[in-house]
Amino acid sequence: MVNIIKRINLLSLLFFISFTFAKETEAPSQDLKSEIRAYIKHHLEDTYDFNLLSYTAQDGHKVHIGMPLPVILWDEGLTIFSSSKLHHGETVAQVGGRYYKLDHGKIYRTDAAGTIDYDENHHATNIAPLDFSITKNVFTIIVTALLMFFLFKGLAQSYANNGMIAKGVGRFFEPIILHIRDEIAIPNIGEKHYKKYMSYLLTLFFFIWFLNILGLTPLGINVTGNIAITFSLAFLTFLITNFTAKKDYWMHIFWMPGVPKIMRLALAPIELLGVIIKPFSLMIRLYANISAGHIVLMSLIGLIFIFKNWFGSTLSFGLAFAISIIEILVALLQAYIFTVLSALYFGFAVEEHEHEEAH
Amino acid sequence: MEIPAILGAGVVVIGVGIGIGQIGKGAMEAIGRQPDAYGKIQTAMLIAAALVEGIGFAALFAV
Repeated sequence: MVNIIKRINLLSLLFFISFTFAKETEAPSQDLKSEIRAYIKHHLEDTYDFNLLSYTAQDGHKVHIGMPLPVILWDEGLTIFSSSKLHHGETVAQVGGRYYKLDHGKIYRTDAAGTIDYDENHHATNIAPLDFSITKNVFTIIVTALLMFFLFKGLAQSYANNGMIAKGVGRFFEPIILHIRDEIAIPNIGEKHYKKYMSYLLTLFFFIWFLNILGLTPLGINVTGNIAITFSLAFLTFLITNFTAKKDYWMHIFWMPGVPKIMRLALAPIELLGVIIKPFSLMIRLYANISAGHIVLMSLIGLIFIFKNWFGSTLSFGLAFAISIIEILVALLQAYIFTVLSALYFGFAVEEHEHEEAH
Repeated sequence: MEIPAILGAGVVVIGVGIGIGQIGKGAMEAIGRQPDAYGKIQTAMLIAAALVEGIGFAALFAV
């Protein structure tokens, strides 16, 4: 038994060391650190093409391996072109007499030379057309939605074909779905009303979970680390809470029973703020957890290239490996927390209980 | 490289560490009292820990 443990330890050490190939004898330049910083920043942002990797070839020009995605703009009329015309921001795209250029990740209309005017705060003042492009995040969301659709459709059909027993890949998800129903939806929302919210809660959980996991793959997709995406999810929870709320919910916010009348006036603004702050915290929690996880992970991997000796690089790789494992847990946990808190807020909205003035 | 930002981030991490430690302590004691309820207590502990950790990530954005 002890021998097996010793062998596993030795193998793990060799596994870690084998990944530290960055060995040169010069000290790392400031250039390398700012390059890593720029790379991390680029990972966190959304791009107009699905770029798997890019490197600088022998003769100095950059090679990008990836797939261009359509750019869809509304600029006095619908303009659609492939993002390969933008060449990652190096050239001006000419489309039907108009010229567009990428500046800091956004598309602006320019003239033929590609001039962009900046104001005092170094923001571009060119016209930015309305952007409905299929960017990398939109593409990933569509792929995840299709994946979820076919996965759960297959699961549902297997029930029909196999006498109420699931078969196939979907078997793995049945206990999770039951857990969401029995431990999250029913205790928080109550037997009477939980069914209305089940489809949203299930979609939310699996959507966030799959997107978080996809963010950890080497594809370099960062969907839930984008505050616009988490804002949309939190906004949906906000809308559903407030538009399916019963009278008791609003009473508890503005005119809570059982509290002296003067205090009700004092508490009402705080409760009103709470209506906004609860979904806001949902947004920030998911965004901060996922993007912070990505930043830490990529910084540690960058550290492998900054330490150009065996010892430092091995340690960095080991740490990055351990943090990746934690990030897998965080992916599931954040999806679970978002779902639990959404169910909690729905429960507040629909709870009904008999009131006496003493509450 | 601002010192106040770095110090502030450090204080946030201390707070998060203390918070999650207290949650863990409460969970351990509860499991000790009722070993059957291990699953439920673990779930509740993870939820509370994730909430506290969410605030901790504000530290990363300060630096």
